[in-house]
Amino acid sequence: MIRERETKTQELIRRFKYNKSAVFGLILILFLVFIAIFADFIAPNDPTPSPPELENSLKPGFWSNEGLEGYPLGTDMLGRCILSRIIFGARISLTVGFIAVGIASILGIIIGVTAGYFGKWIDSLLMRIVDIIFSFPALLLAIVIVATIGQGLDKAMIAIGIVYSPQMARIMRGSVLYIKEMEYIEAQKAIGSKNLRIIFRHVIPNSLAPVIVYGTLMMASAILDAAALGFLGLGAQPPTPEWGAMLSESRLYIVSGAWWAATFPGIAIILAVLGLNLLGDGLRDILDPRLKT
Amino acid sequence: MKTWEYIVRRLLLLIPVLIGVTIITFVISHVIPADPAIAFAGGPKAQPETIERIREELHLNEPLLVQYFYYLNDLLHLNFGKSYLESRPVLESITQYFPATFELTIFAMLISVPLGILGGIISAIRRNKLSDHITRIIAILGYSMPIFWLALMLQYLLAYQFPILPLEGRLSIGLIAPQSITGLYVIDSILTGNINTLSASLYHLILPSFTLGFATMALLLRMTRSSMLEVMGMDYVRTARAKGLSERVVIMKHALRNALIPTITVSGLQFGALLGGAVLTESIFNWPGMGRFAANAVMGLDFNSVMGFTIIVAIIYVIANLIVDLLYAVIDPRVKLGGE
Repeated sequence: MIRERETKTQELIRRFKYNKSAVFGLILILFLVFIAIFADFIAPNDPTPSPPELENSLKPGFWSNEGLEGYPLGTDMLGRCILSRIIFGARISLTVGFIAVGIASILGIIIGVTAGYFGKWIDSLLMRIVDIIFSFPALLLAIVIVATIGQGLDKAMIAIGIVYSPQMARIMRGSVLYIKEMEYIEAQKAIGSKNLRIIFRHVIPNSLAPVIVYGTLMMASAILDAAALGFLGLGAQPPTPEWGAMLSESRLYIVSGAWWAATFPGIAIILAVLGLNLLGDGLRDILDPRLKT
Repeated sequence: MKTWEYIVRRLLLLIPVLIGVTIITFVISHVIPADPAIAFAGGPKAQPETIERIREELHLNEPLLVQYFYYLNDLLHLNFGKSYLESRPVLESITQYFPATFELTIFAMLISVPLGILGGIISAIRRNKLSDHITRIIAILGYSMPIFWLALMLQYLLAYQFPILPLEGRLSIGLIAPQSITGLYVIDSILTGNINTLSASLYHLILPSFTLGFATMALLLRMTRSSMLEVMGMDYVRTARAKGLSERVVIMKHALRNALIPTITVSGLQFGALLGGAVLTESIFNWPGMGRFAANAVMGLDFNSVMGFTIIVAIIYVIANLIVDLLYAVIDPRVKLGGE
């Protein structure tokens, strides 16, 4: 048994290594995780100095002679080091993405398993509710929920998690419907196992692969949407170095030529989202060859 | 089942969906807030008298079910309440701002759909060649890029650093809007024969519509590419090739026609998503549409306007979905009408 499982894992790793863009995505994400964990040691300056060093306001970075020593990506309007803020921002964005997708997965798994496993009217009812939530563009629904429950990073994470849960529920339901018909589930039923035991010991563990794949892709859009909420002033509040909020604070200075303050946080968002998208696409190709495009 | 029967059935099914939509907006506006009266009054800083008046107006002291029926009744009479930022009915504001958003969304589609399909075809035909790699990189950047960042970068490059396009707005300062017939400046300018406003409004549309449509273009490109690759491996395409048809005919007549069906479906669905994206794009380009109105309402705690905008967008989204489904049934005879 153990030997067979090993070879299967080895085969997956081999297929993963062969997928260059997935490996690139994984490296990008590991790099960002590393930065996020060791932000305190890597960042050259304090991301939120108080009082603000206004005399350093909007200084360019390494590309210009007018830049300040030790501020490679320049400073924002409050004289804060953009590079350091981006490094600390990695911590925030990755956490937001992870927790939002975590909320979406837990809700989605509960709804999806209930609908898929029990079927009948429960299934119809839950799926109609899911359909109706799909009548709202996701970002808009998140905006409305945050506008209702109040702004802040924690609220933004909850809103995004709720908005993404129907998608996860559909994915989970699909895979439960497939697993439910397997012989080993029949066997469990035949020996009289309780529903809850079957669900937790057999159904959920065997239907997690798509949750991992789509969870990775969903984390990419969660980071984008959290940045959009931050940009609208609904997510992270100042002086938190959140990438979307940094962009928003700097947008007015772009037309006076200070392009760097908004450009670099945007590039950081792209790197994180790109990494997750590439990794998610790669995982999908590996774990589900039927979907290969 | 005949086509018209299917259409009638789908229209009837619209009713429960719309009721569902109103239940969700009702829950968000009346159940989730700790005190809905405060939310509707514009936040905790509102006057106690205002809060009390709103509590009366919205029947917030009644049981929830009764509140819902009052709410539904208001919606049926298109009464979305009053906008606190603009001191007029929300419906009036939305009616005024809708054409600008509609024009922007249409142009975003006009840019993104042809570019996305063309890029997808090129990518599929020249698979694994340089042009395929380039288009795929554009595609993956397209949906990894925050729309507001793209907007700011384009503004910086093309309106500030190399000022060849206008920074914001719908018309140049000093120009008077064309006489309003449809509310779409481009159409109105053509109808009234006003060359100045026509060129100015087209000029102002370029950056915001490209920005808004970029992610859609990326998505369509990716979809067209994968469905082209799938179709090109099918037997009937191989047969067409074996018959000695030129590659051009095989691709244009046999492969593309079938590959486009999923792409068209997604384009329709993207129309609704674009309305959501308009909130960000319009506030950056200072585009006087309902997206900017909604963004201002969110920041100004104008709850009535936020909810009004949300309901309108959800209804447009649902109807767009329906139209796509109906078209799909007409275009593709393989779709079994009404088959469950």
